[in-house]
Amino acid sequence: MEIIKALKESGLTGRSGSGFPTGLKWEMVKNNKGKKKYIICNASEGEPKVSKDKYILENYAEEVINGIKIALDTFRDSEAIIYINKEYYPLFKTKLTNLSKGLPISLFKKGPGYIAGEETTILEVIEGRRAEPRKKPPFPVEKGLYGMPTLINNVETFYYISKIFKGEYFGTRFYSITGDVKSPGVYELSADWSTKKILEETDNYPTSEFFIQIGGGACGEIFLEKELKNKPCGSGSIIVFDKKKTKPIDLMKEWADFYMKGNCNKCVPCREGGYRIVEALNEKKVNWERINEILFVLKETSFCSLGKSIYTPFSSLIKKILNEKK
Amino acid sequence: MKKNKISINGKIYFAEQGQSVLEVAKKNGINIPSLCYHPDLKPGESCRLCLVEVKGRKGLFTSCGLTIEDGMEIITDSPVIKKARKINLELIMAQHREECNDCVWGFNCRLLELAKEFKVDFDMKDRKSEEPKYNFGPAIHFDSTKCMDCQNCVQACAQQVGFLEVQEDGDFFKIGFAKDKDCIYCGQCLMHCPVGAFEGVGEFEEVDKALLNENKHVVVQFAPSIRVSIGEEFGMGYGKVVTGQLVAGIRKLGIDKVFDVSVGADLVTMEEAEELKDRIVNGGVLPMMTSCCPGWVKYVEYYRPDLIPHLTTVRSPQVLMGGLIKTYWAEKNGIDPKDIIVVSIMPCTAKKYEITKEELLVNGIKPVDYVLTTRELAYVMKKKGIDLSKLKPEKANVPLGDPSGAGVIYGATGGVMESALRTAYFKITGNNLKKIDFKSVRGINGCKTASVKIGDTKINIAVSSGIKNTECLLENMKHYHYMEIMACPGGCISGGGQPIPTTDEIRKMRIAAIYGVDKKKKIRSAHESVEIKELYNTFFKDEKNVHSICHTKFSQKKRMGAKKVK
Repeated sequence: MEIIKALKESGLTGRSGSGFPTGLKWEMVKNNKGKKKYIICNASEGEPKVSKDKYILENYAEEVINGIKIALDTFRDSEAIIYINKEYYPLFKTKLTNLSKGLPISLFKKGPGYIAGEETTILEVIEGRRAEPRKKPPFPVEKGLYGMPTLINNVETFYYISKIFKGEYFGTRFYSITGDVKSPGVYELSADWSTKKILEETDNYPTSEFFIQIGGGACGEIFLEKELKNKPCGSGSIIVFDKKKTKPIDLMKEWADFYMKGNCNKCVPCREGGYRIVEALNEKKVNWERINEILFVLKETSFCSLGKSIYTPFSSLIKKILNEKK
Repeated sequence: MKKNKISINGKIYFAEQGQSVLEVAKKNGINIPSLCYHPDLKPGESCRLCLVEVKGRKGLFTSCGLTIEDGMEIITDSPVIKKARKINLELIMAQHREECNDCVWGFNCRLLELAKEFKVDFDMKDRKSEEPKYNFGPAIHFDSTKCMDCQNCVQACAQQVGFLEVQEDGDFFKIGFAKDKDCIYCGQCLMHCPVGAFEGVGEFEEVDKALLNENKHVVVQFAPSIRVSIGEEFGMGYGKVVTGQLVAGIRKLGIDKVFDVSVGADLVTMEEAEELKDRIVNGGVLPMMTSCCPGWVKYVEYYRPDLIPHLTTVRSPQVLMGGLIKTYWAEKNGIDPKDIIVVSIMPCTAKKYEITKEELLVNGIKPVDYVLTTRELAYVMKKKGIDLSKLKPEKANVPLGDPSGAGVIYGATGGVMESALRTAYFKITGNNLKKIDFKSVRGINGCKTASVKIGDTKINIAVSSGIKNTECLLENMKHYHYMEIMACPGGCISGGGQPIPTTDEIRKMRIAAIYGVDKKKKIRSAHESVEIKELYNTFFKDEKNVHSICHTKFSQKKRMGAKKVK
C-alpha cells in the first residue's frame, strides 16, 4: 500500500483532462475484486494542437514504463496495455517494446476517431468492438477491460507516478503551448502557476490583443486576457489566438468538422446536432438560435462526456468573442 | 426479491431491484416519451428523449438506462426536459424521411405523436433523403432514408443471424450487411424499428393487386396465429380471439372463399407424426426437425446444410393447403387450377420468400400466389373502411375451414410439437392420450426440453424459438428425437408480419388466447378431425397425391444478400 499512500499524499491528479485523484483511483482498482486486473496507459492524445504525451514519450519513455511497472507490481495478476495514437506508434514502437522487455506490457493502436481516446471507448476498441463509449457506472475501476478492474492513466500520469515513487516529484506538470506565440512547445513547469505566469515565463505572452483556449484544441474553453489569473485546467494545453488574425466563425467550423468526424454517432444530439452545427455555420446567414439550441442538448443530453464537452468551446467563444463584437 | 421505494413526480412507487426508471414508469402508467426503447432489447440510449431529472444529481438522465436506487426521487417533466426533448425530436425528424402514407406504424407512429405534442418545427432538410433502399430477397424492404441510427435492428438481428451490422460510412455510420451472412427474412428488424425503416416487400403497394383480380377465383387462407393478433389493429385489445370477424372482414373485401390454414396444419401433423414414427421405428435420421418455419428452413439451407437430412420433408401448412386448394378443391368445384389465386394471410415476412421456392410447385403451378402479412390485411381493410370490431362473426368455408385445436396452436412456440405428439401417440400406440396437454412445451421460454413416454418408447423432445436459442439447443441435438424450431421468439404469434408493437407481455397474451381456442374445441387432435379423415379416405388414398402435395425436399442455398432498389 506504500505507493498508494504516496500517491495520495502527493495530491497527483489525472493528466488526461478530468483531473481525478490518482491515489484514489489506484486504491479503487486495488480494492475491487477480479481474477485479473488490467492497466491501460492512455497515449491516444487526440486533442488537436496538443502534443505533450508525444513529448514525454520522446524524452522520458523510461519513466513512463517505470510508472507502468509500479502499477504491475501493485496489482496482483495484472497486465498492461499502452493504447497509443496511430501516428505515434511507428515512432515509439521499438523504444517502448525494448523498455517493456520481460514485462507483461503490450502496445495497442488507437481506434478511429477522437472518441476512441475516451476511457470506456478504449475498452470497447481493445475488446474488438466499434468505438463507442460505455455506460457509466460501472466505472472501469470496477468493471473495465473484459469485465475486470482496470486502471486507466494518462502517459503523463505514469511519468509522475515514477517520479513520486523515486521521491523526485516537485509539483510540476507539462504544458503544451501553441498558436500565435513566439516559443511554442512543451514545458514542464510548476502546477501552481497561473496561465499568465506560464505565458510570461516561457516568453510567450502576446504583445497584441489575444484570447486563449485552455484544455485542448477541440474541447478547451476560451478565456480572455483579463481571465488569466487561474491555473490552466484539464490536459494542460494552452492555445493562443491573435484576435485580429482569428476569425471566430472559421475556428468554430474547424471544431465542428473535427467533432463531426471524430464522434461515434451513437446518440442524437452529437450525431445529428453535430451535423446541423456544421450545416448552420456554412449557411450565408448563420442560424445562431439553432446552434444555441443544439449546444444546449449536447450539454444536457449527450450520452458521453465527449458530447457534453462540445458545449464548452462553442459557448465560451460565442459569449466572450462573438457577442462582444456585435 | 428486495423492493425499492422510489418517487416519481412526488408519488411513491415500489420497484424491483435492477429495473430501469422507464420500466417502473411504464408499469405504473406514467408517460415518459421514448422512441428507441424496446423491452426486448438492451437500452441503446440513442434517441435521448426519455429524459428525467434526479433530485440531488446534476443534469438530465435517460430513464431507459437509469437503474433505480432506493430512495431515488425522479422528475419526468420540467422546462429543461421539455426543451431538450423538443430539440432532440427536431433533430430526429430532420434525419428521418417522413413517408407516413407508406409506413408500418400507420396511425400509431410515436414519432408523429411526439412531434405534435412538442410542436416540432420541420424546417431542416432531411439529412438522409438520398440514402439507398434495399430489398432482402422477396421478403423485407429496408429504406435507410427513414432510419434513425438507433441500432435496434442490429441488436435484434444479432439474436437471429447477425446479417445486419453497423458499418462506418464517411462521417457517419450506416446499417450494412455482413458479407458472410444472409438474411433469413424473419422480420425481427422490422418488429424492433421505432420509425418504420423496414417493411415487407410490397407492403402497401401490392396488397390490392393480390386481392383484386376479377378474371380469377381469388381465395384467401389465413394462418393459425392471425386470429389472436389482428384484433389489435382494430383496437380490440391484446389476446382477443377474432376468428369469426376475421372471416367476415375478408368476405367484406369481396372474397367468397375463406379457408383456415390450421386445417393445413392438421395435415402437417398427420404427415409429420407418420414420418416421426417411421424414423424412430426404422432407424431414420434423428432428431427429426420441423420445417414449417421458412426462416428456420432458410437458416438450415444457408448456414447449416448439414442439417438438411434432419428436416421433416412435410411442407409448411400454407404451402400444403395451397396445393390442396389447387388440386382437391379445384377438382371438387370444377375450376381450372390456373384460374385460382391463393392469397395467404401470414404472421410472417419469410412466407413471402417461401412461396417463391420452385421445389414447391404442384403440377407446375405455385401453391400460393401472394402472401399478405397480418398488418397488410389490416391496412387493406382499414383503407376500405372495414372495422373488424363492428362485424358479425362468420364461419370459414368447409372443407378446409374447420380445424382441430391442434391445428390452431401451431401459431405459438411448442404448438407443432404438441400437435404432433397428440397424433404420434395415437399412431404408435393405437390409443388416444388421456391427458393431451403438454404444458412443458408451452410458453415464451426460448428453449424447452422434455421427455415423453409413448408406449414403451421414451422420446426426448426440444422446442426452441429465436435463432440464438436454437443454436444452443443444436449443440446437444443428439440427445433428442424430435425438435420444433421457430425463427421468431415465441413462434408465429410474434412473427415479422404481426402488429407492432410486439413485446413479451403482448406475446404472452396472444399465446394464452391461442391455447384458449384449443381448449374450447371439441376435437383437439388432427387425426380425429372429420375433414382430415375424409381427406385420407378419398383424395389422399392415392399416395401420389400425398407425396406431391404434402412433401418437398431441401437444398443448400446461395447468398441473396441485399439488393439496391428504387
